Amino acid sequence: MAIEERVPATRLAPATAPGWVHGVLLVVESFWRWYRRNWRATAVSSVLQPLLFLLAFGLGFGSLIASRPGAEAATGGVPYLVWLAPALLAMSTVQSAAFEMTYPVLSGFKWQRVYLGMAATPLTGAQIAVGHLVWVAAKMTLTGAVYLVLIAVFGGAASIGVLGSLAAAVLTGAAVAAPVMAFSASREDEGAAFNALFRFVVLPMTLFSGTFFPVAALPAWVQPLAWVSPLWHGTELARAAALGTGTAGAVLGHLAYLAALLAVGTGLSVRAFTRRLAP
Amino acid sequence: MGDGLVQARDLRKRFGGFEAVRGIDVDVAQGEVFGFLGPNGAGKSSTMRMIACVSPRTSGSLQVLGMDPDREGPRIRARLGVVPQLDNLDTELSVRENLEIYGRYFGLPRRHVRAKAAELLEFARLTERAEDRVEPLSGGMKRRLTIARSLVNDPELLLLDEPTTGLDPQARHLLWERLYQLKREGVTQIITTHYMDEAEQLCDRLVVMDGGVIVAEGSPAELIERWSTREVLELRFLPEERPAAGDLERYAERVELLPDRALLYTADGERSQVALHAAGLRPLSALVRRSTLEDVFLRLTGRTLVD
Repeated sequence: MAIEERVPATRLAPATAPGWVHGVLLVVESFWRWYRRNWRATAVSSVLQPLLFLLAFGLGFGSLIASRPGAEAATGGVPYLVWLAPALLAMSTVQSAAFEMTYPVLSGFKWQRVYLGMAATPLTGAQIAVGHLVWVAAKMTLTGAVYLVLIAVFGGAASIGVLGSLAAAVLTGAAVAAPVMAFSASREDEGAAFNALFRFVVLPMTLFSGTFFPVAALPAWVQPLAWVSPLWHGTELARAAALGTGTAGAVLGHLAYLAALLAVGTGLSVRAFTRRLAP
Repeated sequence: MGDGLVQARDLRKRFGGFEAVRGIDVDVAQGEVFGFLGPNGAGKSSTMRMIACVSPRTSGSLQVLGMDPDREGPRIRARLGVVPQLDNLDTELSVRENLEIYGRYFGLPRRHVRAKAAELLEFARLTERAEDRVEPLSGGMKRRLTIARSLVNDPELLLLDEPTTGLDPQARHLLWERLYQLKREGVTQIITTHYMDEAEQLCDRLVVMDGGVIVAEGSPAELIERWSTREVLELRFLPEERPAAGDLERYAERVELLPDRALLYTADGERSQVALHAAGLRPLSALVRRSTLEDVFLRLTGRTLVD
């Protein structure tokens, strides 16, 4: 009798493996549940930091250059804040991509080892990698939307086109997140390489991708660097959507570059996860 | 042996130039508790990971639940429960959340997972800590939670890799009791351990592994009967008075000299002790005990299990 009480009795038919997309969604659900409980810890970095950028550059720096002749020409005739805001959106997703896909990914393998727990279930390395990536994109959309509301409050949104800017920013963030995830998943060290990544890739990218000033203002020999930068493509896209300035050819080019980066990065992540979770 | 839950033939696993598992045959039958006993580095965990379908075999054949892990990994894993050597709980979530989220990985409906989690909390005696975060729990509680988590999909086969390593004796006994209860419910279990007492307590049948191969197989009692004597006389001497193995051999069937003591394998320890005394040998201490799997391992490999 006493035994009977303690025996787990809730049973279903023998379990089968969830389908591919279902498995990916289960991974997303797991991150969502974690986020629901722990979102406060990341709210500061994902919303407050972009807000500071908006205040410091959009309003502070923007008021300085508003009175300068030639500023209007550089921004295509719109106020500096309106010109800057779509780019800041793209920058914030790229920064959160770099943050979300470095230490948390390595921790999934090394410290907390949550990926290892998932890999013991029917989920595959590919589903785990793609699921985490989808979650990060979903979270970028969420925090990006909050950021967009703040931008609108401070007068940085001039048209409904900023919704297109948000989509462009999320695509850019995902395009950066995917290769960074592959990089992190193949690290065996304690994450020492991440500092180099932040210093020599992410920081220059945020400074020289046409966020705060047009790339054309850079010396001619530096400009090709911006063309490699996914953030430059994302910034151009985000601005084109908000200001209605894009040409079809340029927009397609930017989209193709970001989509290719996303596809290659996802492929590499899937390979790295599969190898590491089933050695 | 067609109805075995696990069937391996000449199973091998190579990592680069190192062959961790060097051709083993294993059959695990429905309902039994099967053990891999051996020291660290014997190839137990590598074998376990191949059975758990999280490490592809290098060569040989392997069937788990009648399927090939290389081709049907997810389908097999859907019916396995795994207790890894190192806990991988999400320490920032609550005890209950860990169970519920894990159940969802199997695609189980939310309602089912909620009810199951409540039952497993009872089973693991963690109901009172259900809403606490995992982080501050004791090692024994985390281990119990990990075992409860491995049961969330009602597995047909439970794989436990070093389930009690690092736990204090009380926590170990509570875990053993839970595992024994699962055995009574008919859950087939495979356990790796380097603790001989754990293997003796839990396993119906076990294999002794060393250097990637199986060196002996049988029930704990069979192994002891075959490879050791009924009793062991353990002697300690002052270093300068310690006799050579040859001087002790006439009092026992076999003698092992360890750095800190001499082991005399004999059917009757008491009698050997009397004979020693009569011959004028004066050890610092003498202890008669029954043979254990530790002795079997020593006999088979020339080394102790835990050093």
